Amino acid sequence: MIDVKYALIAVLLMALVTYIPRVLPVSIVRRQIKSKYIKSFLHYVPFAVLGALTFPEVFYSTGNIITAVAGVVVALILAGREKSLAVVATASILTVFILELFL
Amino acid sequence: MKTAREAFLYGWKRGIPIALGYIPVSFTFGFMAVSGGLPAWLVIFISLSNLTSAGQFAGTNLILGGAGFVEIMLTTFVINIRYMLMSLSISQKIEPGMSLAKRMIFAFGITDETFSVASMERGRLSFSYLMGLIAGPIAGWSLGTALGALISKALPESLAMAMGIALYAMFIAIIIPPMKKSKPVIMVVLLSVVITCLLFYIPVFSFISSGFRVIIATITAAAVGARLFPVEEKEEREDDRC
Repeated sequence: MIDVKYALIAVLLMALVTYIPRVLPVSIVRRQIKSKYIKSFLHYVPFAVLGALTFPEVFYSTGNIITAVAGVVVALILAGREKSLAVVATASILTVFILELFL
Repeated sequence: MKTAREAFLYGWKRGIPIALGYIPVSFTFGFMAVSGGLPAWLVIFISLSNLTSAGQFAGTNLILGGAGFVEIMLTTFVINIRYMLMSLSISQKIEPGMSLAKRMIFAFGITDETFSVASMERGRLSFSYLMGLIAGPIAGWSLGTALGALISKALPESLAMAMGIALYAMFIAIIIPPMKKSKPVIMVVLLSVVITCLLFYIPVFSFISSGFRVIIATITAAAVGARLFPVEEKEEREDDRC
């Protein structure tokens, strides 16, 4: 059994180092950035982050590359049809789950 | 121009799909953390206090392995450094006169998903809109965690494995629609994916942790995108806000 006091302190420290990067820039930067380059950079950040977070880790997320690839394909198709987050997430879980029954 | 109440409700509506998308992912988290041996109340508290996907998954795994505080903090921090870029980006989109207290409150709710939705809105973001936007996702993340933590024992192993893909499916659902509308966005996403894959698969780079991989790929891809495809100015008018 894990020591609860140790775990609680660790969780509070995690909360702190998660909050700091969220709160610092938006609290300190009050002026409008004029540089077109920096503005464009910030515009592209969310897209670049999500791409980097997803690949290649997604292929190892289910313990089986084949089921993971199938889940990705289903997610790509449904996302292409602009289905909601919940629909896309649930459909790829089900795809992986059903394939696992046969593999 | 919207009243505070209208702005809150509009934000709330925009947050509902995120909240629903969080449920399978946070369910997975609750399930895994309780299976690993943490008490359910602490697992729910992790989701309430951290409100982050990749960072709390990694941090919780380290806790389960009995890692030291410094390692836990460093790993979580590195994975979460990307929030600084998002926070900086949001600082340019909110109403300029927003007070420090309000900034410190809504900043807690900046996640990959709330940030993506907020940054794709037209016009200035008001405090009321932001609070509406983050309310649903905070509830969904905690609720899903609680469900996963409480019924973890009743779940078949194969379903639990399948749920590992939930987080990534959600990322894909967010990123594909804007890619359909913009060629530069496609280029930036592809470049970012190519860079993380190179860092991941080429053995020389294996010393780079997953958090740093994300940061290196993000900064490089966004920098190249900004150089090749500068975004045309569109003036944000004061009365154009949400």
